[in-house]
Amino acid sequence: MHIATFTERPYGPVPEEEVIRNASFFGVSNRFLDPVKAGALFNRYLDEKLYAEELGFDGVMLNEHHANPFTLGAVMDVEAAILARITQRVKISLMGNPLPVTDPLRLAEELAIIDMISGGRLVTGWVRGAGCEQIANNINPTYNRERFDEAHDFILQAWTKDGPWRYEGKHYEYRHVNPWAKPIQKPFPQTWIPSLVSPETAVFAARNRYSYIALATFLPPTMEMWNLYADTAAEAGYQAGPECFGYLQKVVCADTEEEAYELGKNYIYGGGQPAFARPEWMFPAGYNSKAATKRLAYALSDPETNEAVVSGKQAGGGVDVAQTRRYNHEVLYENLLRNRQIIAGTPDTVLPKIRHILETLRPGIFSIWHIEGGSTTQQQSMRSMKLLAEHVLPQMREWARELDLPGPDEVRPGSRKLPPGGQRDPVCDPGARAA
Amino acid sequence: MARSDYKQKTVAVAGTELSYLKAGKGKPVLVLHEELGNPGWLAWMRALSENRQVIVPLHPGFGVSPRVDWIRHVGDLANFYAQVMVERDWVGADVIGFSFGGWIAAEMAAQNPRQFASLTLVAPMGIRPPQGVIRDLFEAPTEAYLAASVKHPADTAEFDSLFGGATTPEQFERFQDATAEAARLAWQPYMNNPALFYRLALVRDLPTLILWGEDDAIVPASAAALYRDAIPDARLVLFADCGHRPEIEQPDRFVKKLKSHLS
Repeated sequence: MHIATFTERPYGPVPEEEVIRNASFFGVSNRFLDPVKAGALFNRYLDEKLYAEELGFDGVMLNEHHANPFTLGAVMDVEAAILARITQRVKISLMGNPLPVTDPLRLAEELAIIDMISGGRLVTGWVRGAGCEQIANNINPTYNRERFDEAHDFILQAWTKDGPWRYEGKHYEYRHVNPWAKPIQKPFPQTWIPSLVSPETAVFAARNRYSYIALATFLPPTMEMWNLYADTAAEAGYQAGPECFGYLQKVVCADTEEEAYELGKNYIYGGGQPAFARPEWMFPAGYNSKAATKRLAYALSDPETNEAVVSGKQAGGGVDVAQTRRYNHEVLYENLLRNRQIIAGTPDTVLPKIRHILETLRPGIFSIWHIEGGSTTQQQSMRSMKLLAEHVLPQMREWARELDLPGPDEVRPGSRKLPPGGQRDPVCDPGARAA
Repeated sequence: MARSDYKQKTVAVAGTELSYLKAGKGKPVLVLHEELGNPGWLAWMRALSENRQVIVPLHPGFGVSPRVDWIRHVGDLANFYAQVMVERDWVGADVIGFSFGGWIAAEMAAQNPRQFASLTLVAPMGIRPPQGVIRDLFEAPTEAYLAASVKHPADTAEFDSLFGGATTPEQFERFQDATAEAARLAWQPYMNNPALFYRLALVRDLPTLILWGEDDAIVPASAAALYRDAIPDARLVLFADCGHRPEIEQPDRFVKKLKSHLS
């Protein structure tokens, strides 16, 4: 099993009332950004990745969001390049580069350079980018899927085909493709595809024999995606195994239950992940297919009154900040703890909950979304990582052996043969006993 | 409104299927609708169809007529409609375009002014306003965009009957389709063609009427003078105390101006 550590690398000092009033992290004015504080945070987050390596984690995971205090890392490859130099052993996984909003030739060069500097430790990952990334980069959302597919094909060619050559596609044209940067890993770096239960993405990952990383989604829909992946894999002639699947989970540890409970509240600072961006920014015109739009239109309508629930009316002067904060703490946080979206506790109480995930989802990659943001201090964050490394990781590794959960470094995704008869084996265990 | 006022037809034309609304008899008037789809069969359309044939094509990709893949810019859409006019024998019609549809009409006139008997542009997009910016359709909820489109929403009866109350799922879907196709065609440069002003110099001997609300909060009225200056035979009429939709905000004056221009 590959065990990684991840954080959104938030701008902690963003005023919570601004986020709540805006009903969204995206869109809060950057006048609240102090570059001195942000610089210190970048360094802190880099130091924590070094610490993760020292503690024995197998990988450090980064992501990218634009124009958003939820994640400072707007140009993730810059951080990855630094990590390539300052770390020695860990995999550096990028979950993921938003293909449609980035110049693909430039991306092929950046990632190859990161792989070269790190000695082949890059794990690359491709995403469409959230709706607000299209807005922030002014990329036409109606061509999002086409640009994703074309950029993906182009980058693989740029990494594997000797230049110079000319490229003429629908969305990209290059008259001289000849990057003096090639990945060390052949034919190209290990690739994982992060996703929020999108069927198209599960199929894309399975067809390309990329590992699929579920980003902290609920277990039942996650299993649906893994079954879809495994079915697609079987059609393509291989058996999916744990090496094909990864799971991201918020876990915070402290020396006492009370302390962990208090510390975990920083996950819902400003409303947490549900307040990432308002609907009109998450789903700009044409970002979704017409079928998905139809599903959305009816899924978001009150069947009694026929009223659409989608609107931006919640933002603005009418928001009661104190009431929203109270709701976040008393209702939202409790719900997220109850449904295990957040695991907070001492190692003893955290472990059985992780065991349940391992038994149910059978992932070969497990990434711990560690605590940051709000008032989290570096000391608290590092203490949580240390407790996890000393008391949780060894047990997880033992369980991974017992349950036979190899990561993609142990078994190459796509290399397992289907059982005789061609009927695939199960990839998850919905009957696993809840802890 | 009585549905029998108009008929919806679908025809095979210009390599695709195109649906359009149609009412009345007489010389045809082609109506090019706005960026959120055709809002409905409006009072001014009823008034005009008493002695004219009113034809409202539903733009490809805006939810009813299927999307046409080769149409990637508004200039392409203008060329498509030029083909439609030839095939449907509508050449020589009067044309009237609203907002995004006004931009299409202007592009068509720039490509071939002789395909029309007259041109009417109502608060058209297409030229970047020298003061202010065209309101962003893609970043805000559609409800907010709609609310900004008339100056006095509460006192505009037809606006309330069209857009009042909560957005229905059907409307939501239509807005999604329309904004998606508008984004595909006009994401950047946003709702304008930097060459259009210069290309309109060829529009000669085409009677042109430009109608604009002085307090337009969608396409700032500062662009009106540019349109007037770009088109040699254009006449500009400004509507005081009026937003982006003079046809429903001041329908009587609108119909009067339009009818006198068309006769």
